[in-house]
Amino acid sequence: MRVVSFVAFGVLTTAAACGGKSQPAQTAEKTLPAENGLRSLEAFRDIADPAARSASIFEEIGKVLIHPRCSNCHPSDDRPRQRDGLAHHPLVVRGNDGSGAPAMHCSNCHGTSNFEMMPGAANWHLAPLSMAWVGKSLPEICEQVKDPARNGGKTLKQIIEHVTDDAFVAYGWSPPEHLEPAPGNQALFIQLVQGWVDAGAHCP
Amino acid sequence: MSRKLRINGTSYDVDVADDTPLLWVLRDHLKLTGTKYGCGVAQCGSCTVHVGGKPRRSCVAPISSIGDQEVVTIEGLEGPAADAVRKAWVGLEVPQCGYCQAGQIMSAVALLREVPTPTDDDIDKGMSGNLCRCATYIRIRKAIKEAAGTTEEQP
Repeated sequence: MRVVSFVAFGVLTTAAACGGKSQPAQTAEKTLPAENGLRSLEAFRDIADPAARSASIFEEIGKVLIHPRCSNCHPSDDRPRQRDGLAHHPLVVRGNDGSGAPAMHCSNCHGTSNFEMMPGAANWHLAPLSMAWVGKSLPEICEQVKDPARNGGKTLKQIIEHVTDDAFVAYGWSPPEHLEPAPGNQALFIQLVQGWVDAGAHCP
Repeated sequence: MSRKLRINGTSYDVDVADDTPLLWVLRDHLKLTGTKYGCGVAQCGSCTVHVGGKPRRSCVAPISSIGDQEVVTIEGLEGPAADAVRKAWVGLEVPQCGYCQAGQIMSAVALLREVPTPTDDDIDKGMSGNLCRCATYIRIRKAIKEAAGTTEEQP
């Protein structure tokens, strides 16, 4: 079982770190082309067994989940990360609700959109510890993502809505210029998540 | 673009581009120079003001993000927590060079409004974004405790 290290780690999420320019949801009918290191749903069409296909698709989804643009806000401790997984500077901690300590909230610096080198998106915060992925394998992350007890009570349908509509998720593909965006694009990512769910939401 | 701002209880009309940092509007356009420019990238806290009652690094706050939220700077800071912090700052002679102190005080007051009797840990975490190159941190912590009325040492 592959265990994901912090720097290598990733996102999807109820609260992740992905905001900014939101792209329209594109699901089902037309398969989007591969882009920027993220394969198209088309690449999984020849896997006949739905469970195997679904698990393979999640491996692809995992490329986004483990990218620092998203994983930086899914730590398994109380410290957000920045850039390629470095400790956040200045010191910021989770706080009671994931928005930082009293007087040192995420919103002290992070606005609702990027500003020069400062990343921004609506509702910037840390994912809850139940959605922490650092130090976990992709299969473990997969089980976590689809478990309503840990994912904020979301059904699979609501997970698709979340990755489609949440400005914080969208941020992953539109960070400030000095930061690498998550692989692919949001529309392709949504299509992969939809394909994973359609094939039974199986885990690797 | 012309816009209205509400700062320290006063309305201002300013004509600046959307991406002008709030800090530049305060200092260059309105001459409210109590708020200091330190690093320009939200790493030092010198430019801290309150926007909508919450601390905000004004160097990374585009003026377009302010809207109709009330902005409070060191010049307009008032209320019981502000009074207590000012008194403690003077009494303990907290500042050395003083450059960072406006930001320190804005954060200290924000902290006391959220946590009236902060622990050492609350202070360390809440003030971690405000740097002081004179290293007056010990006096800052002591003054916050004095302002909170909790000066006893903690383990």
